[in-house]
Amino acid sequence: MNLLDTLLRCVGTLVAFLVLPLVVGQTEHKVMAHMQGRLGPMYAGGFHGWAQLVADGVKFVQKENVVPAGADRRVFQLAPAVALLPYLLVLLVIPVGPDGMVGQVVDAGIFFVLAVMGIGVLGSLMAGWASANKFSLLGALRTAAQLMSYELPMLLAAASVAMAAGTVSLPGIVDAFHWWWVPWQLIGAFVFFTAGLAELQRPPFDMPVADSEIIFGAFTEYTGLRFALFLLSEYAGIVVLCGLTTVLFLGGWHGPFEDDLGWLWTLVKTFALAFVVLWLRVTYPRLREDQLMRFAWTVLIPLALAQLALTGIIKVAIS
Amino acid sequence: MGIPGSGLAKGLAVTMRTMMRKTVTAQYPDVQPDLPPRTRGVIALLEENCTVCMLCARECPDWCIYIDSHKETLPAADPNARARTRNVLDRFAIDFSLCMYCGICVEVCPFDALFWSPEFEYAETDIRELTHERERLREWMWTVPPPPAHDPAAEEPKEIAMARKAADKLAAAAAAAAAAAAEAATAEEGGES
Repeated sequence: MNLLDTLLRCVGTLVAFLVLPLVVGQTEHKVMAHMQGRLGPMYAGGFHGWAQLVADGVKFVQKENVVPAGADRRVFQLAPAVALLPYLLVLLVIPVGPDGMVGQVVDAGIFFVLAVMGIGVLGSLMAGWASANKFSLLGALRTAAQLMSYELPMLLAAASVAMAAGTVSLPGIVDAFHWWWVPWQLIGAFVFFTAGLAELQRPPFDMPVADSEIIFGAFTEYTGLRFALFLLSEYAGIVVLCGLTTVLFLGGWHGPFEDDLGWLWTLVKTFALAFVVLWLRVTYPRLREDQLMRFAWTVLIPLALAQLALTGIIKVAIS
Repeated sequence: MGIPGSGLAKGLAVTMRTMMRKTVTAQYPDVQPDLPPRTRGVIALLEENCTVCMLCARECPDWCIYIDSHKETLPAADPNARARTRNVLDRFAIDFSLCMYCGICVEVCPFDALFWSPEFEYAETDIRELTHERERLREWMWTVPPPPAHDPAAEEPKEIAMARKAADKLAAAAAAAAAAAAEAATAEEGGES
């Protein structure tokens, strides 16, 4: 019985991991197109191009898998997996609904999640270093620099929520959530979400993959399925980031009929945030490297510290 | 500038508004485009009207109209009259790989033998196929739309204006004559009584 339960949770997480990023990707196609006055894919699958990403996947599989002659073969081939798998692990511990509707309860949930998400960046670093290509290397080092600056505000913002809830377990945080946490932790939510975007290298923080200057950053030398895995890891990252923001700042499964429809609330909130991610991508141009760094160190970190102080003061006042 | 970040919010509003609006994409092969009247798609030939005057071929800026003809002698209708000759069209072809769609041929044709048709789907895989011979040009004639109605506020066409003026003048003359006759009749009656 216990084995069956474990198996069921693993399969459920895997299915979510394979389906949700594709849904986000398809939504990106459509939302971006409509925001630019276009229709986007219309043919694949018959109805409004719903199978566009499936078609893309088939195309990627057919392509030749090239490993450059000067590349560090093993590291080069391993990099996409290193980029992708951390998000699968994080997805496992994100609570979806009440009463243990989660892949695996981890007591130190926030620590686990933030630590494992950091590994994803290692994937692009490995890719960039192993490619033996100057653009890849530039992209990888920009990724590293970006991670260094944005991991800190993200951690501080998460710490603020942990402080408010008095626990670092993700289901525990959602259990402790009250509606007035939203205004209380608003700054923290902004910092967490923005820093998360930067860590995923989503526009407007896509300096490391700036395709108009350094081709595609660390992924320049990748083709075929490995490149598709990098793309998939970006969308998986969006799902994970939005899921985490939902759990930490928007109350996860809380909402009307939360006992029956808790999982739906989590999904709805996650997708609303994913829409914001796409919206920001369409709206804003890319930040320059120095602007990127200045934003992290002079805006996000002070804001995160201010949020931490505010949380502490109110926590002491109400207890 | 105002409130800091108002520019960022404005940017978000622009993309959101665009998303709510109807897209401008034309789904061409599935949905035919809504073409304006007088669209220049292809040139059609009404060969019954052609007198082989060669004006179109001579005016064509890139010489893409090919016309061959021969003279035919008609037997005289009357033993005292001379036999008449007339031109018979042998070949009329337009090479659409050269044509620049200026429409000068359609403009200069004095006998209304050339027309614009809105059909535009006649791409070929061989450039030589783009030379449309007279049969093909005659077929395009079926796709020529009737001329669009005049603008409601437009000036009257010259012919109609002149005809109306003449008719008005005639009607006025007739009315004047009738009035004069009626007056004469009353005067006569008055004289009798």
